[in-house]
Amino acid sequence: MKKVKKGVTFNHNPLLRPELSAWRPRFVLLCLLGGSLALVGRAVYLQGFHDQFLQAKGESRYARVLEVPATRGKITDRQGDVLAVSSPVKSIWAIPEDARLNPSQTRQLAALIETDVGELNQKLASEKDFVYLKRQVSPELAERIAALKLPGIHDQREYRRFYPGGDVMAHVLGFTGVDDKGQEGIELAFEPQLAGKPGSRRVVKDRRGNVVEDVQSIRPPQDGREVALSIDNKIQYLAHAALKQAMTDHKAKAGGVVVLDARTGEVLALANAPTFNPNNRVKLTGEQLRNRALTDTFEPGSTMKPFTAALALEKGKVTAGTIINCAPGRMTIGSATISDAHPHGALSVAQVIQKSSNIGAAKMALSFPPETMWKMLDDLGFGSPLKLGFPGEVGGRLRPAKAWRPIEQATMSYGHGMSVNLMQMANAYQVFARDGDIVPLSLSRLDAPPVHGTRVFSPQTAREVRQMLEMVVQQGGTAPQASVPGYRVGGKTGTAMKLVGGRYAHKYVASFVGIAPISDPRLIVAVMIDEPSNGKHYGGDVAAPIFSQVTAGALRSLGVVPDAPLKPLQVARQGVSQPVVREAM
Amino acid sequence: MARLTGFLVMLVVASSLGVVASQHQARKLYTAVEREQQRSQQLEIEWGQLQLEQSTWAAHARIEKLAREKLAMRPPLSGQIIAIEERP
Repeated sequence: MKKVKKGVTFNHNPLLRPELSAWRPRFVLLCLLGGSLALVGRAVYLQGFHDQFLQAKGESRYARVLEVPATRGKITDRQGDVLAVSSPVKSIWAIPEDARLNPSQTRQLAALIETDVGELNQKLASEKDFVYLKRQVSPELAERIAALKLPGIHDQREYRRFYPGGDVMAHVLGFTGVDDKGQEGIELAFEPQLAGKPGSRRVVKDRRGNVVEDVQSIRPPQDGREVALSIDNKIQYLAHAALKQAMTDHKAKAGGVVVLDARTGEVLALANAPTFNPNNRVKLTGEQLRNRALTDTFEPGSTMKPFTAALALEKGKVTAGTIINCAPGRMTIGSATISDAHPHGALSVAQVIQKSSNIGAAKMALSFPPETMWKMLDDLGFGSPLKLGFPGEVGGRLRPAKAWRPIEQATMSYGHGMSVNLMQMANAYQVFARDGDIVPLSLSRLDAPPVHGTRVFSPQTAREVRQMLEMVVQQGGTAPQASVPGYRVGGKTGTAMKLVGGRYAHKYVASFVGIAPISDPRLIVAVMIDEPSNGKHYGGDVAAPIFSQVTAGALRSLGVVPDAPLKPLQVARQGVSQPVVREAM
Repeated sequence: MARLTGFLVMLVVASSLGVVASQHQARKLYTAVEREQQRSQQLEIEWGQLQLEQSTWAAHARIEKLAREKLAMRPPLSGQIIAIEERP
């Protein structure tokens, strides 16, 4: 206080002496200017250049991008019956860090998802941010789990594929994986059509989570398209049931049945054994999974003979009545000897087919050059895959004609020394059913039959061979058991020994390929039984009855008018009343 | 001049109220559309499930079993079938 009195005034503050250096206020001014420039610059940067980031941040407070799910297309049979359909299910997942459950909660959850408490604890103790606890549970179960209100346990919507046909259709349809993508069969082959593309859209949500405005549809969802197969549900069932029965009766290792529509080339049935239930694939083995009719090849055996005969007829080497000497049932070509199962004497060409003589077929085959025979086999679709688009389809083995030795040409005439799959066999028999031409096969339903086929034989030749095929199922043929009451049918048996480790073992493949009805063929049915081991192994004993059973049912189901003249059969016409025959068989 | 201004102000107020009202209306309608779309999706799912159920009940194996065992039916023999031809 005293010092104030001495007259030291504030405006004479020594700090404010005028000799204060001039740069200092300028410096302060510069700092202030710099500071405000920085602020303006920052503002310009945020508003002008970096605005998108901020806008997005702002938008994220109210805008949401929603995933719009798309469903996988259905698969139906030719009549529209559903064979495979996707239905929503829930998957239960957890964020282990958030999932702090007390022991009783853990027990409850473990009981609901049917796992071990220890296993569940192990999953919840994992280091990951996300673990699936159980995938694809029913929506009802998911609701019960949600009702427990457990922290860190969530569910998510997924789709699961259901197959009402079960094991009947298993090999045709294949199945999808846990992510609803095709893994086998049609599901894989038609994946591009069947798969849906999930869409997404941006919306504005209000405080309560309701969508109040659709801002923009980023991608509209595309549901998978429905695929209609050529398969006839009923015929497929017939084939499956007959095959299953035969598998037990003959203690066979495997088998397959293929039914084709002779007019359109559509596959009406494709059954394999052993089969599996696509709805429950826990204990699935590779054996069960094989679609043998398409992925496995075998030596066809005598079912090839009609082609040899047709070629000989076509080239004018023989007529149906030409006599071929098949005695004494053995024939030596080079260093090898071929023989007949039952020795025959002199047989006509028709009888060679009827009685299935290897010698007769070999003699016919040796009358033309290998190239001619190879050309025919190639035209018939042997040696290369049929291109049905089915995964794992094989083409079999047909060696180039240049490499053929005479003995090979002879054995190939009766179906040895080459390999085919069952579908190729059925496919090739189209030439007899369709008056000499072949149309490409189809697994999906066709709206119009294909117009142009590939001509292999003349209609005349095809009809003649058809007559021979009919003789096979009549008395004196190799397969009387293939006959179908009420209808004229025809076909050819095959019994081939299996090659095991390069040698023929006493294991057989019994087969039968037939067409029905002979007067106006509608169906081609091919049957193959692998290693029948209950005493019988001939195609006529093992495969022919299956043919008869499947064909009878299929013809009736298609409403084909019986063409057999003999059986006591009534054809009712308008205005004519005739009594119903009670029991005819 | 003042009257014109007053009139224009009134117009502006009216139109802005209109905007508010129509915005509200649009949101309400949108929620309704949303709800219906969800319902249609739900029905689609139910349709699939019903088809599935129908296919399961109508499985040939089941029909055949019931027909044979419960109803004592059997396939007709060839002579018992009468084919009806259309008069040409």
